[in-house]
Amino acid sequence: MSNASNQGWPLYEVFVRAKAGLDHRHVGSVHAPDDELALQHARELYTRRMEGVSLWVVRSSAIVASDPASSDALFAPAQDKIYRHPTFYTVPEGVDNL
Amino acid sequence: MYSQGLDNLGDLPPEQEAELVATFQARIDAEEKIEPKDWMPARYRHTLVRQISQHAHSEVVGMLPEGNWLTRAPSLHRKAILLAKVQDEAGHGAYLYSAAETLGVSRQEMVDDLIAGKARYSSIFNYPTPTWADVGAIGWLVDGAAIINQVPLCRCSYGPYARAMVRICREESFHQRQGYDIMQSLCSGTDAQREMAQDALNRWWWPSLMMFGPPDSDSVHSDQSMAWKIKRFSNDDLRQKFIDITIPQAEHLGLNVPDPDLRWDEESQHYEFGPIDWEEFSAVLAGDGPCNEERADAFAHKYEDGAWVREAAAAYAQKHTTQSKGKS
Ligand SMILES: [Fe+2]
Ligand SMILES: [Fe+2]
Repeated sequence: MSNASNQGWPLYEVFVRAKAGLDHRHVGSVHAPDDELALQHARELYTRRMEGVSLWVVRSSAIVASDPASSDALFAPAQDKIYRHPTFYTVPEGVDNL
Repeated sequence: MYSQGLDNLGDLPPEQEAELVATFQARIDAEEKIEPKDWMPARYRHTLVRQISQHAHSEVVGMLPEGNWLTRAPSLHRKAILLAKVQDEAGHGAYLYSAAETLGVSRQEMVDDLIAGKARYSSIFNYPTPTWADVGAIGWLVDGAAIINQVPLCRCSYGPYARAMVRICREESFHQRQGYDIMQSLCSGTDAQREMAQDALNRWWWPSLMMFGPPDSDSVHSDQSMAWKIKRFSNDDLRQKFIDITIPQAEHLGLNVPDPDLRWDEESQHYEFGPIDWEEFSAVLAGDGPCNEERADAFAHKYEDGAWVREAAAAYAQKHTTQSKGKS
């Protein structure tokens, strides 16, 4: 009768590798009491149609994320460094393979 | 990963809040997605929690009418298909509860609300499934209507909801096709089988049209949801689209859609249809449908029946954490 029995189940983020050669990609999350069941739940929920050949689950609480409020401080400086992109440079007419 | 950047709206001076709201709306207008930790107006959060949790409950309760036929499907093949379909619906519920959780509501709160009868879910699942043809009609019409509703939600402004919808839509077309396949088998069978298919269409047609919600003239939440790009098309537009798509499918089956006013309008290039009984819709939503009580009881009992599994899993996890702590 305890509705509270899964109240404390931690959240896990799920990552699937679609096939060998590709990165694992975040696909969603599951609740589970422990790592082993998190993997089972993830398998049942996210790979019923040959979506993957490998699964990662990781406690959501273990992920360190950047704060959207500081995204300017983190990412804006890249905007004035356009010389880091090849398109910044003009290639002289007649010069190939550059 | 989805911890909340909660909007302490109460603490903000009004000018600052107005500025945040303006920036938020500008992002939406530019088709940017909103993610869980981004600032959002409390009403946007609230609207999404309501909509996503109702959607999740619909997926979960939606397993019950079809679950009725899992042990009675006419062949092993049909049974395997139905089992896969119903399992998908459980998955849809899980994707959606997760999406709602990113907004700061816990899954347990949502489940408790459903058990307590406080949560709403789609009115369609309060109708009974007395025959096997109902399983066909549900897949064809109910999942069909769900697809029309859900495809635009893949572009919803809230990232986690939109992503959940992409996964759901990928799985839905199998649901619709297996339903139509059942209808096709029945319609190419004996007279009794054809009658069974017709009877199911008669009972599911109007409730399916109600799935798109009240007419635009009475729809309370529509305008704001459109501005926030949670909703992309009006209830009436989606309903019309469903009718236009579905009538030829019914004709192919040789079935009659139970609407004497139905006719093709050459000028508008749409079907015209008769009045929908909105009183029935309100009654079913308010709890007076043919199966409301049965569904609520069934869900509460199944949840209770599974308690020992959840408790055992929790105890096992607990024991292992204690043991590994003891070792180190
Ligand atoms: Fe579904
Ligand atoms: Fe479905």
